[in-house]
Amino acid sequence: MKFYFILAWRNIWRNKRRTLITTASVFFGVLLSAFMSSMQEGSYDQYIRAIVNSYSGHIQIHRKGYWNDKIINNSFLNDGNIDSLLHRFPEVTIYSPRFETFCLASSEDVTKGVMILGIEPLAEDKITNISVKLYQGEYLKKGDNGVILGSRLAQFMKIGPGDTLVLIGQGYHGSGAAGKYPVRGIIKHPSPELDRTLVCMELQHCQELFSAPDLLTSMVIMVNDNEKTLPIKMALTESLGDDLEVIDWMQMNQLLLKQIDSDRAQGVITKGILYMIIAFGILGTVIMMVAERTKEFGVILAVGMKKRKLITIIILETIFMGMTGVITGVAASIPLLYYFLYNPIPFTGQAAEMMLQMGFEPAMYFSMAPSVFYEQALTIFIFTLVIGIYPIFNIRKLQIMKALRS
Amino acid sequence: MNIIEIKGISKTYDKDTMPVQALNGIDLVFQDGEFASIVGPSGSGKTTLLNIIGGLDDPTEGNVLIDGINITSLSGHSKTAFRLKNIGFVFQSFNLIPVLTVRENIEFIMQLQGASKQGRLSRTDELIEAVGLVDKKNCRPNKLSGGQQQRVAVARALASKPKFILADEPTANLDSKSAENLLDIMEKLNKEENITFIFSTHDARVMKKARRIITIEDGKVIDDVIKDKIMPES
Repeated sequence: MKFYFILAWRNIWRNKRRTLITTASVFFGVLLSAFMSSMQEGSYDQYIRAIVNSYSGHIQIHRKGYWNDKIINNSFLNDGNIDSLLHRFPEVTIYSPRFETFCLASSEDVTKGVMILGIEPLAEDKITNISVKLYQGEYLKKGDNGVILGSRLAQFMKIGPGDTLVLIGQGYHGSGAAGKYPVRGIIKHPSPELDRTLVCMELQHCQELFSAPDLLTSMVIMVNDNEKTLPIKMALTESLGDDLEVIDWMQMNQLLLKQIDSDRAQGVITKGILYMIIAFGILGTVIMMVAERTKEFGVILAVGMKKRKLITIIILETIFMGMTGVITGVAASIPLLYYFLYNPIPFTGQAAEMMLQMGFEPAMYFSMAPSVFYEQALTIFIFTLVIGIYPIFNIRKLQIMKALRS
Repeated sequence: MNIIEIKGISKTYDKDTMPVQALNGIDLVFQDGEFASIVGPSGSGKTTLLNIIGGLDDPTEGNVLIDGINITSLSGHSKTAFRLKNIGFVFQSFNLIPVLTVRENIEFIMQLQGASKQGRLSRTDELIEAVGLVDKKNCRPNKLSGGQQQRVAVARALASKPKFILADEPTANLDSKSAENLLDIMEKLNKEENITFIFSTHDARVMKKARRIITIEDGKVIDDVIKDKIMPES
C-alpha cells in the first residue's frame, strides 16, 4: 500500500502549477471558512456568556411549575438540603438564592410595575457581576435594607441614591406587602428590559416584605465549564425529587438558541457555497488528470494492474490534493485565530451602541473550538470522496484498447 | 514445446456499422524460446494479432491457448491476473510511469504481483544489470534517452518472469544505434534465459535478428519462415 501512496503523492505533483492552484483554492477556502466559523462560534459564546452571567446562570432550581407560572406561591423552602447537595459537586463554582416577584414601585410622582429580585449580595455579585454595573451610589451590603435600581427605571421614576422607593404588592398566599426602601445605587443593566424594570434588594428583607420567610423562587447555579451543565443538571434532577424542577440555561433562553441555530444555518449555506466552488475546482483538476493520463491507465491495466487498485490510486490523489490544502489552511488559521482570540475586534460608533443596547460587549469575539478546524477537514474530505466518484466511473468503463490508442 | 496456439482467429471491427476485417482465420503456433517477428504493411493486422495474443483484445472468432489455457474465454479479472503472471509487454512509445525511477518502474510489476521485498530488490538489480542501466537506476524516465527508456520497458516486461514477451514495434522510435543495442539485449536474454519474444514490426533490423518471420497481409498469414527452413503450414 505504501507504494500506492508514494505513486499517488508523486502523481499530484506532475503538474506543479495546477496542483498549487488547486491546493491554494482549498487553502484559502479553509482559512476563510475557519475564520468565519471561529467568528460565529465566538459570537455565540459571547451571547451565551452574556446571558448566563447577566441573569440566568447555568442552572436554576425552582419549585415544580414555577418556570411556567412565575408566582411567589410557587416558591420553595430553603431548608439547607439544597446547599449541602450542591457542595457535593466540585463542578459547581457558585450558587445564589433568589426571591423574585413583581409589584408596584412609587416615587414622589411616578408609579410603575417593577421586578423585585431578592438576592444575597455577595453570591449574586459573583454570578452576575452586578456591582460592576453600578454607576451611581453603592452596592448592597449584607443585611442592607436598601435597594438598587436599573438606570432606565431610576430615570423614569426620577430618583437616585439617597431617595426613597415605596413598594406595594401582594405577598405569599395573598397577604399584603408594602414597604419603604432607601435607594443605595443605580446600575446600568445590559438587558434593556431588566434595566427598565429591575429592583434588587437583600434576600432577607425581600422575604420579609412578601411574608415569605426562608422561601426562594430560584437557586441560581454556576458550573466551571458549560459542558458540565447537562450532567450536573441530570444529577441534581435525580437527587432533588419530584417537587423541584432543575432547568438549564438552554431551556431558559430558547429564543437565543433559536437565533443561534438560524444564524448557524445561514453560515452553513455560505460555507456550502464556498466549498462548492472549491469542490468544482478540485473536480476540474481531477477531470484533467484523468483525461491526460488515459493512455497511461491503459498501459498500467495492460501490464496487469487491477482497475480497483488504479481507482484507489486516483482517489488517493484526490484526497491528497484536498487534504494538502486543508492541512496548510488549518495550520495558517491557528495562529491567526489565536491572535484574534486574545485581541477581539472592537466595534465602534453605532454598531457598538447597538451591541451595548442588546446587552453584549461591543466586540467581535473568536473561538478556537476544535470544531472550527475539524469541520473544515471533514467537509473537504467528504467532498474529495464525492469527487472520487468521477474517476471511479471513468476507470470502470475504461477499455484497454481504446485507452492504448488514445 | 508449444507455448501459444492460435486457432482460427478472426477479428472484425465495427461489425454492425462499417465492418473492417482485421484478421481472417489465423492459425499459428509458437514454441518456447522463439524469437519471432510478425511483419507486414501498415493495417495488415500485426498489432491486432499481438493484442489478441496478449489478451488485450478479444477475437470475433477463434481461440488463443497459452500453455493450454484458452484466454479468450477468461473473464476480465482473470485475464488481468493472467497477463500479470504470464505475459510481458513492450510498447512502441515506451510507456513508463513518469513519476517512478528506473528501479521503481521495474519493481512496479512485482509490486502488483505481491512479490516479497527481498525478491523484488534482487530481481530488479538483476534486470537493471541485464539491460545495462546500473548508473541510471535512480533516474526518472525524462532523464533517459529513448533507447534507455525502451531498455527499462524490456526490463519491466521481464520483471514478472513471464512465459513470453510481446513487443509492438519496439524499435520504431529509436535511432539505429539504440535499436541495435536493444535488439542485442533481447537476443541475449532469449538465448541465455530462453525467453520467448514475439515482435510486431516492419523494421528491417528486427527482421534481421528474428529467427522466425511471419508475414501477414490483409489479416491473413501469407508467409511463415524459420531462418534456414520454411515452416510447414500451421
